[in-house]
Amino acid sequence: MENEKLSLPNYNIPEDIQNVVAITTLDRLYNWGRRSSVWPLMFGLACCAIEMIAAQTARYDMARFGMEVMRPTPRQADMMLVSGTVTKKMLPAIIRLYNQMPEPKYVVAMGACASSGGPFKEGYNVVAGIDKFLPVDVYIPGCPPTPQALIAGMIKLQEKIDKQSIKTVRWYDKNKADSNYVPMPILGPDLIDVRRNAEYKKAAATQTTQESA
Amino acid sequence: MAAPASTQTVDLIARFPGMVTADTRPGFTGFIVNKENLLEVAVAIRDEFGYDLLTAVTGVDYLAENKMEVVYHAFKTTGGAGLIFRVQVERVDPIEVPSLTGIWPGADFQEREAWDLLGIKFTGHPDLRRILMWEGYEGHPLRKDWKEAFYEEEVKPFKSRWPDGQHIYSEFKNPFRDNLNFPKDFDPEKYEPENEKDLYASLENHTLKGEGGLKTDQIVVNMGPHHPSTHGVLRVAVTLEGETIMGLKPVMGYLHRNHDKIGERNTYLQTIPYTDRLDYFNSMSNNFGYVTTVEKLMNIPVAERAEYIRVIMAELSRIQNHLIFIGMLMNDLGTMYTPSLYVFEERELILDIFEAVSGARMMCNYYRFGGVVRDIPDDILQRIKDLVVERIPAKTDEMERFLNDNEILVGRLKGVHLINAEDAIKYSITGPVLRAAGVPYDLRRADPYSIYDRFDFDVAVRYNGDMMDNYLIRFDEIRQSLRIIEQALKQIPQGPINSQKPAYQVRVPAGEAYGRIESPKGELAFYVVSNGKPNPYRYHVRPASFVNLTAIEHICRGAKIQDFVALLAMLDIVMGELDR
Amino acid sequence: MYGKGILKSLKVTWDRFWDTYTEDISWWLRGKKRYNSAEGIAHRSSKDTRGIFTVQYPEEQLLLAEEMRYVPFLVYDEAADGKKEVRCTSCGICAKVCPPQCIWIVRTNDPVTNRPVPVPTDFYIDMDICMNCGFCAEYCPFDAIKMDHDFDIAAYERSVYNLEKLLKPASYYAGIRPENAAREDEARRVKEAAKAAKAEAAATTPAA
Repeated sequence: MENEKLSLPNYNIPEDIQNVVAITTLDRLYNWGRRSSVWPLMFGLACCAIEMIAAQTARYDMARFGMEVMRPTPRQADMMLVSGTVTKKMLPAIIRLYNQMPEPKYVVAMGACASSGGPFKEGYNVVAGIDKFLPVDVYIPGCPPTPQALIAGMIKLQEKIDKQSIKTVRWYDKNKADSNYVPMPILGPDLIDVRRNAEYKKAAATQTTQESA
Repeated sequence: MAAPASTQTVDLIARFPGMVTADTRPGFTGFIVNKENLLEVAVAIRDEFGYDLLTAVTGVDYLAENKMEVVYHAFKTTGGAGLIFRVQVERVDPIEVPSLTGIWPGADFQEREAWDLLGIKFTGHPDLRRILMWEGYEGHPLRKDWKEAFYEEEVKPFKSRWPDGQHIYSEFKNPFRDNLNFPKDFDPEKYEPENEKDLYASLENHTLKGEGGLKTDQIVVNMGPHHPSTHGVLRVAVTLEGETIMGLKPVMGYLHRNHDKIGERNTYLQTIPYTDRLDYFNSMSNNFGYVTTVEKLMNIPVAERAEYIRVIMAELSRIQNHLIFIGMLMNDLGTMYTPSLYVFEERELILDIFEAVSGARMMCNYYRFGGVVRDIPDDILQRIKDLVVERIPAKTDEMERFLNDNEILVGRLKGVHLINAEDAIKYSITGPVLRAAGVPYDLRRADPYSIYDRFDFDVAVRYNGDMMDNYLIRFDEIRQSLRIIEQALKQIPQGPINSQKPAYQVRVPAGEAYGRIESPKGELAFYVVSNGKPNPYRYHVRPASFVNLTAIEHICRGAKIQDFVALLAMLDIVMGELDR
Repeated sequence: MYGKGILKSLKVTWDRFWDTYTEDISWWLRGKKRYNSAEGIAHRSSKDTRGIFTVQYPEEQLLLAEEMRYVPFLVYDEAADGKKEVRCTSCGICAKVCPPQCIWIVRTNDPVTNRPVPVPTDFYIDMDICMNCGFCAEYCPFDAIKMDHDFDIAAYERSVYNLEKLLKPASYYAGIRPENAAREDEARRVKEAAKAAKAEAAATTPAA
């Protein structure tokens, strides 16, 4: 067991009990527990999903990080790995899944498409980055990121978890408990983000009409 | 490549005087059929002339001529060149063309796609709804006068990138500050969404009626788009009576990435990396299909050594695709992970080769017009040889030892009917599924492209059309691919790897081309119309998965829900290609 | 016999399991390091690999092929006085050929004559749009833009790289792609020698 992640530095634990005893803070224990079992939601969108699967297989083996338990249900997942192009048609399903995930939850945008729309950004059915709707914790560039790059991104996420403190995290704060709820977008003549209704109405009033029928 | 033989072998004009004219535009072949006579002519094409396989149906918007054209490509399952016939109608809404679903049910999804993206109404179509976009979406995106929200210029390269290319997010140029486009005076608060009424109405219309006797209730179940066994973001709405599937409608478009529209903005070269992302397991095959098509238009030769390299890469790609098919099928059947972990090991070794020659594991972007991008050094050829001669045959055998006799597997697969030959042809199914139904139709033999006519291999074929045959034929195909690679490695000559000088802008004369290859999933074809400019006028992909899926309703009605996931897995769909 | 097929399957999995340990022992007997050594990783990626297949990133790393490409970077030559000589001449070919159009280049204009100077004022690549296709490197006539091997670039925010962030020294390039760099350097040297010879010939030939 790797105790160096758990033990506080600067405490001289005798060598013969180093693997038995650890001196730590509550924060460190809490984060160590969470970082070592980030269960991803089993959720593949496009090309990146194949590299995500590859990262789970024998050669890369994400089980070494406690990330092998792909949960098909959002209720048991800690992390949403948005692996691929997010389309407008798919977005409501993604938002629903995200809202169903319990806290603490993390979102990782894997690959160019999830980060910003990627090469398909100009497409009419493509959401230009999942960060327009969900709070993204780590962006992994690449098209697709190789499994090693994905693991490098996961290590970045673990580092982020390490920095959190039980005193300030949003999920124990009564005022912020629901702060990550995202209202469901509606599929209308185009994708309607209900939080921006007023803005749309104003812009549509001055809009010059589409040429096509 | 010889010109399509259609005009020489079939004389439609003599058979239908006054109804059919020859297409005389430079670079175009085939016949123009009067809209009123389309059904009559189509029946004759199928029954009298023997073109029983309608592979592609697509539309082209000729804005300048104020015409909308529907292009049909029909082939014979005995092989040989195809027949192109088309209908031209005036571009005034509603644009109506008779539907061919009564003659070739395989036209179903493709006609719906043409309706969705181009707004061509197919009269007589039993279920004409939008297919890739959602019901209620504004406009038909592939029309030439329709512009997307992040529209910048008609074609790439965009002028804002150079010489004064200050970086700016596309969002800032759009009035809605996002990839959005609403009609004038749109009020989101008053909008009422359609909520998929059409889908459920259509599902109800196409549901089998229960047999008399016991009174039972039917329930509607939605599988997907987030479901671990639908191979991506496919969704199916199923009506169940007990455990029997009475009605089924696939819903797709959850990964519709606007490949065709982007392809029409791209230059010819820029589309090559986009084709990688079609069938993301087989970027090499996709590249192959696309460059073959454009080479046909450009009428250029391919360097001899490059031809061999192309074949080797395409066949390696087929091997890893079929290995993954087997692994994923086992996942779907409940043999969680062990077989797929095993096949992924072999896949990694093949991907190592791809990375060494092309630079990327999955998105290879390796083929160029006239050849390939870089030569394969001898040490990598040796590595391929080692894999092909020693490793993969042994591992394929091991896989067969591992799985084929397993009682549970045999129980799940043997005797569960997928599709028979007659229906498979009717539904335009191609690839291993068609061959497992007993039709030895493999484009590498039936209509040889590249240098496949130089190799000695057998077309894998099995006759029962059940799931077991569909599973076993993948092993057969892996073995045949190994044979081809072995021969190619022996015969590969030295020499240049591209017949053309490297150029980032290619000249493509005006005309049309329909290039097709035998991708691991079936017939992958590209239809490209050029008007002589650096960008294609019309660019259409005819993906194997999309057309094969047309038959899913036919396959599954009456089957048990337990078998559904396996039946779907047999079609070997991949969403990148299905939704594009 | 019913169940024979399943036993056969179990035999295959057992063999695979067994292989890991026999391999470990045989490497140990030969006194070689199977883990955390280049030789061991290379063997695990070869046709002879048996048993365990995992390469334990980040402790071990796969041996990347020379041609492996991730995201683009710009090459500069180190001048004797430590100045960065950017190879890019802002000709704009990479921006034109880029399929998703994720390259933005600002060309420099001479403040006096207002003529273009062959050096970029700024250079942006939106790494979250880049599709890693390698066209920019392939069609660059000056060997100025190349594809990187470094994939550990995940970040907590969107990545738009500017000129400063894109620049990497020629020695770095020669390190990741030794064969390509040597070939290109040789080609450039020959070209420059020919140019110099021509200039010399022009200088020595008396004007007619």
